[in-house]
Amino acid sequence: MFTGISIHSVYVHDQQQALDFYVGTLGFEVSADVDMGFMRWLTVAVPAQPDRQILLEVPAAPMMPEATAATLRELVTQGAMGVAAILTTDDCRATYAALRAKGVEFIEEPTEQPYGIDCALRDPFGNHIRITQPMAMTEVTQDDLDRWAAARPQ
Amino acid sequence: MFTSTEEENRRLLRARDALDRDFAQPLDVPAVAALAYMSPAHFIRRFSRLFGEPPHRYLQRRRIERACAMLRDTRVTVTEVCFAVGFNSLGTFSRTFTAIIGRSPSQYRQDAVPQPVPGCFTRAWSRPSSFG
Repeated sequence: MFTGISIHSVYVHDQQQALDFYVGTLGFEVSADVDMGFMRWLTVAVPAQPDRQILLEVPAAPMMPEATAATLRELVTQGAMGVAAILTTDDCRATYAALRAKGVEFIEEPTEQPYGIDCALRDPFGNHIRITQPMAMTEVTQDDLDRWAAARPQ
Repeated sequence: MFTSTEEENRRLLRARDALDRDFAQPLDVPAVAALAYMSPAHFIRRFSRLFGEPPHRYLQRRRIERACAMLRDTRVTVTEVCFAVGFNSLGTFSRTFTAIIGRSPSQYRQDAVPQPVPGCFTRAWSRPSSFG
C-alpha cells in the first residue's frame, strides 16, 4: 500500500536561520525552496538520501491561531517537541568531532549503546536531533537466560 | 527571533541538557545556573516552573535512570555503576536508588530484561517519576 516516507515536518522559528544550520552546518542539501508568497516551502535532505526530506516550517497564523503557534514555538524552546530526526552515519565519533568544531550544541557525547554508537545535538531552536552509527545488537547469552529464569516468580 | 519567554526557555533547556550530559560529574548549581545566565536561586525557581521539579531532583532521576540502564544492559558491578553515574558513596546510591525505584540495585538487575529500542526513548520513558 504505502511505498515509503518522503517528508516529515520540523517546527522552526526562522527558516533562514534553519537553512543556515541544517545546510550550512549539518551538511544537508536544499531539496526545495519555494516562496509561495503566503508561505515559504522549504525542504532539506541528507545528500545520500535525497528522497527523504525534512520540511522546515514556522508554526504561525493563518495555518493555526496565533496563540497556538506561540505555544508551539515555546514548546520547541523547551525541548518538548520530540526527536526531529535520528540520522545515521558510518562514523559517529568523527561526525561528532567535525560538528563540535563548528560550534554545534551537543547534548550527548558519542556513547556506546546496545544498538550502536550515538550522540545527540540541538538545533538553534531547541529541536533534538540524534546521530547513530548502527551496529549489531549485543547478543543475549545463555547466562542472561539462566539469570532471568532464576529470577522469574514461581 | 525569540520572544523573551522563548529565550529564557532556551537558556533553561541548555542548562537541563548540561545535567543530562554531565550527570556523572558532581552537581555545581552555580555553574549550571551560569549556563542559563541566572543566579542560583532564580535558576532553581525558573527551572522548577518550566520542568516541574528542581534541578537537583532532575539530576538524581537522570543518574538513577542511567544506573538502571547499566544494571540492565552491562555486566559491571553495582559499585562500579554507583561511581559511574555520579555518586561517591555506595550507601547514598543504594538509598536513593531504592527510594526512587522501590527495589535495590541488585534486585533491579535480577529482574531486568534488555530493551532493543533506541536508548533515548527508554531513557525518557523509563525515567523514574518520583521519589516514591
